[in-house]
Amino acid sequence: MRRLQVDPVTLDALREFGNIGAGHAATALSTLLGGRVKMSVTDARLCPFSEIVDVVGGGETIVAAVFIRIFGTISGNMFVLMSLPSADRLLERLLERLLPAPRKAQEYTELEQSAIAEVGNILSGAYVAAISDLCGISLNQSIPAVAIDMAAALLDIGLMMSGDEENQAILISTSLVHDGNNIDAYFFLLPDLDGTEVLLDILRGKIRHG
Amino acid sequence: MVEEKEQIRIGIAEGAILATPGTLMTAGLGSCVGLVIYDDSRLLAGMVHIMLPESPHGRPSHPQKYADTGIAWLYETLMEHGASHAHLRAKYAGGSQMFQALQMEALRIGERNVRAVSMQLERLRIPVLGADVGGNVGRTVWFELPSRHYLIRTARGDERQM
Repeated sequence: MRRLQVDPVTLDALREFGNIGAGHAATALSTLLGGRVKMSVTDARLCPFSEIVDVVGGGETIVAAVFIRIFGTISGNMFVLMSLPSADRLLERLLERLLPAPRKAQEYTELEQSAIAEVGNILSGAYVAAISDLCGISLNQSIPAVAIDMAAALLDIGLMMSGDEENQAILISTSLVHDGNNIDAYFFLLPDLDGTEVLLDILRGKIRHG
Repeated sequence: MVEEKEQIRIGIAEGAILATPGTLMTAGLGSCVGLVIYDDSRLLAGMVHIMLPESPHGRPSHPQKYADTGIAWLYETLMEHGASHAHLRAKYAGGSQMFQALQMEALRIGERNVRAVSMQLERLRIPVLGADVGGNVGRTVWFELPSRHYLIRTARGDERQM
């Protein structure tokens, strides 16, 4: 199996990318949620496609997922995944009401799903902006699509559009703190075909040359 | 001696054959299809977890990933295990469209997977005795021998059998 090169420069580049994205996201989410939002990057690495489901607790774990397609110099798919407890904490802040927990996938209302989609949109938009900042390339993103279901079932569309299953995704794990609440969100970027390598080359070059 | 029942878990774009009492299972089917072909005259069944309708070239490294090469692999492997063509039957599930909001052609892959599976089975003249497809829900599925029951559980907690 062909593994992408993961050296200290690449890891630095990914962390830098994660931090810049988290910075953008914190600013946007502070406006949405009202009050200060602190975001920290808890993990920034490459993740083989086949192992993405393990990050969220296995293929059958029920998660909230936001799917966004990117177009431009690099095309690919982005997913923002949240556990249901994290999604509930987020919704309680956003909708300013207490929610009964735990709930089944089909018990999330349309309003709650749009709220999750909007936060996913902000997070992925922040990472798209980080790519533009770092690499000087502009990317467009589709409208967000949201679903709550088994992780493996939600992610298969991302795998099949990326061609080779031995390809790797860029994973940025973030922890968002607002008003004493911790909300964990996983951001995955799955470029089409050889996009991961192309993107890493650009990121590494930018970090090395300042 | 009591023979232990075999439990085979099939990952995405994989396939396996079961020729003893036991279970074939695959978890979290979204737009993918979990296809079982079995011989109703003996203890023999196989499952593939199909991701895409067509292979891009003749000999992919994972033939089970595509409806065309996956079904050919499953059919040939069952015949090598002594299946009789006249006794082959099929049951399958999956082919959902998980994200309803996006109308891109690429996201309608579930529907195309189901069409490709049904077409390949028709071409091989294998009767379909059960199909639980479409919708916008993930499915975890099992196929049991010797009962030949195909069981489906969704993220919403529904359970069905065919």
